[in-house]
Amino acid sequence: MNLNNAVQEARQPQPTLLKEAGTLLKSNIREYGMYIALVVIIAVFSIMTDGLFISSRNISNLIDATGYIAVLAVGMTLVIVIRHIDLSVGYAAGFMGALAALLMVKNGVPVYLTILIVLVLGIVIGMFNGVLVASVGIPAFVSSLAAMLIFRGALQQVLEKTGTISIANEHFNALGNGYVPEITEVGGLKLLSLILGLVVILLYIYFEFQNRRNKQKYNFEVLSGGMFAAKLVFISAIIAYITWILAGYEGFSWTAIIMVLVVVIYHFLTTKTVLGRHIYAVGSNPEAAHLSGISVKKITYIVFGSMGLLSALSGILFTARMQSAAPTAGTLFELDAIAAAYVGGVSAAGGVGKVTGSIIGAIVMASLTNGMNLLGVGISYQYMIRGGVLAAAVIFDVMTRKKRG
Amino acid sequence: MSDYILEMNKISKEFPGVKALSDVNFKVERGEIHFLVGENGAGKSTLMKVLSGVYPHGTYSGDIVLDSKVQKFEKIADSVHAGIGIIYQELALFPDLSVYENIFAGNEIKRGATIDWNQTIVQAKSMLAKVGLDVNPETLIKDLGVGKQQLVEIAKALSKNVRLLILDEPTAALNENDSENLLNLLRELKKQGITSIMISHKLKEVIAVADKATILRDGRTICTLDASKGELSERVIIKNMVGREIEDIYPKRAKKSFGENILEVKNWSAYDAKLARTVVKEVNLHVKKGEIIGIAGLMGSGRTEFALSIFGNPRAYRLKGEMLVNGKPATFRHTSHAIEAGMAYVTEDRKGDGLFLIQDIRRNLTAANLRGVASRGVLNANEEIQVANSYKDSLYIKAPSIEQLVGNLSGGNQQKVSLGKWLFVGPKLLILDEPTRGIDVGAKFEIYTIMNKLIDEGMSIIMISSELGEVLGMSDRVYVMAEGRIKGELSAQEADQEQIMHLATQ
Repeated sequence: MNLNNAVQEARQPQPTLLKEAGTLLKSNIREYGMYIALVVIIAVFSIMTDGLFISSRNISNLIDATGYIAVLAVGMTLVIVIRHIDLSVGYAAGFMGALAALLMVKNGVPVYLTILIVLVLGIVIGMFNGVLVASVGIPAFVSSLAAMLIFRGALQQVLEKTGTISIANEHFNALGNGYVPEITEVGGLKLLSLILGLVVILLYIYFEFQNRRNKQKYNFEVLSGGMFAAKLVFISAIIAYITWILAGYEGFSWTAIIMVLVVVIYHFLTTKTVLGRHIYAVGSNPEAAHLSGISVKKITYIVFGSMGLLSALSGILFTARMQSAAPTAGTLFELDAIAAAYVGGVSAAGGVGKVTGSIIGAIVMASLTNGMNLLGVGISYQYMIRGGVLAAAVIFDVMTRKKRG
Repeated sequence: MSDYILEMNKISKEFPGVKALSDVNFKVERGEIHFLVGENGAGKSTLMKVLSGVYPHGTYSGDIVLDSKVQKFEKIADSVHAGIGIIYQELALFPDLSVYENIFAGNEIKRGATIDWNQTIVQAKSMLAKVGLDVNPETLIKDLGVGKQQLVEIAKALSKNVRLLILDEPTAALNENDSENLLNLLRELKKQGITSIMISHKLKEVIAVADKATILRDGRTICTLDASKGELSERVIIKNMVGREIEDIYPKRAKKSFGENILEVKNWSAYDAKLARTVVKEVNLHVKKGEIIGIAGLMGSGRTEFALSIFGNPRAYRLKGEMLVNGKPATFRHTSHAIEAGMAYVTEDRKGDGLFLIQDIRRNLTAANLRGVASRGVLNANEEIQVANSYKDSLYIKAPSIEQLVGNLSGGNQQKVSLGKWLFVGPKLLILDEPTRGIDVGAKFEIYTIMNKLIDEGMSIIMISSELGEVLGMSDRVYVMAEGRIKGELSAQEADQEQIMHLATQ
């Protein structure tokens, strides 16, 4: 946020690369702190498990297990940014996953039509929540608690006669378990995934250069040449490393690709569009937003509608991963999503929080679970440790915010 | 030798950057009704907060002498203990509790560890009798009118054995009947030996019930007028209230003829369902192209409510009357419609509902017109930065960069950001609500200069202000509001401070 400041400050004395990095770090401590935490968690688990944690197979599994929570966390971020909450997303996901199974298995609806129906239904249900909150004026905590109970009942009702529905459709199940098809292997690595990774890196570098050129055209402050190169190399290396790890197992999974797409789309929406800016305006001061001609109601409908859409997507991913719809699907998803958002730097006071942060938050929480499972930590301790991490993240958040005043 | 119950000697109180009170002397005799009079911001409320311990001993200088004893109140409870009871404009009652629970809230009658409710009700009844309020003590506060709620507040103060009762604008929200009742009660309490200090803007009340009136201006005591010596008259009070020399800090603008009516409202009324009160009453007003009209009046006179009611009605008042924009009838169901029609409203409370304090200057400046820096809903960040930088320069916003959070700016710079946000909309009619409140003289001058430039460019301005100098110095025409009504319309040439204050205090 204070990039320009940081750069200016760094420039006044003779700028050295290290100093510039230092100021950048200091002024973005909350955001970078999370990345550092993630790196530390990965390093610690990798050492403690003799590299098992960082193995291709485990990382691939970890990402697939994060997917259905991560998409919820993205939607939840926006809901919390506009000062609301949605407790119904877990059972909404469970219910819509069961609905998808029912449509496909019992009614023979084609798989892609099923997905479309479920996603649209998710939007409608989310919008309905938005209407209750924005137009009827029910506190979101209460209305979504009611919705949570209703969805839980609906889920059990739908599966009452059939019990757990197994899904045999390969296309559908691939969303949760499958990987992008492979052309050939090169030295034990999946070629298509390598190419995909390379494309992502090239795209990233292209956009960074374009952005920089644009800024220079307008005579704006940019990072110094050395720092810019360092940033490009660093991010590219991370993408390359992840690609290399995944390519060593089965390549990119569909879940990973869907997750990345959701993040890219939502990141674009929140940072580059009028709609995104309106969402943050409503979150940081609803009265001022209203007086600035922004329809607070409309924004609320949209944010809850998007939450419904992502709940449906989460339900599809989870059902596909399990290859079945069970009456217990979706239990506690909402709390994992909310925790991910808070770990990712969303502020309960509203108006603050990034989609990318929440994804990292989701990965941090999933890494903890995964790592502790590998180490054989008891489930009771796992809950306590994850609770402690959540509290620590928010405490860190509050402290750094106070300091900046 | 007079018998003073209260002497406040040489009271001074400073806030960061402002001297709210300087060497104020204020003496109240036992058993009198003493009014405290002055413009908004003269220091009346601050003085009463010093007296009641809201500002504890040590945060101000000077002495408070109660019954010939110097008092050092550390907290509000200390002043209550000493027999001082204060009743604020915003009543401090619990709407969902009963009358008797409210009267003894924080002062419960106990028997052992539990509350003796029977005794509470008995006592409450006798307190209600004292203030002449005939209601069942089990009635909930929210079911009473404002006038009766005020009496409950007084009963609550009496239950604490108050000897010095302070009322901060008690009649501002009351109708005439309730006001009359309240004033009669004050006379009655006086007979029982209770001394009252009352802050009021209604000079008729002052004349009717005051034994004495002390006038404050700019944080200083101007004079104390004694009714028994025949010193109290509306003319004298007003003269002392407004006697400030108007400094010529108002930049001149070239006089020119005005265009057609850009806005006209006829018999415009607004009813606030939440307050159950009509806040704007049958207002008739017009603004011509290229004109600055001033709306003068005291706080709570309905000026802000009027502005909101024409600017898309965000508080959902029930509206009556007709509004013409550019000669055509108009109704706005949302602020965005008013903005589309060429209106802009810079709010009175810039921190509360004007700005996004946790966002930076850039995001604030473009918030009301994001489409101006976007195509097909996608923002052009570079164009936005350029726009923001150009406003930062042209409005003299002092900040290291447009990435600075608005919450960290000074009041004057915040006000300029607030103004810039609306200028970027490109309005034809700009409503400024207290545009220079709480900002320093330099920034004020800059804002006046900007206003003149906008007028030269063909804009029209409605300026709502409590500051008489500003109203007289900047306006082409002045409307004076009080109690939701337009009490008078004056041309800039014929208007003077006394006239305005006379209309505003009716």
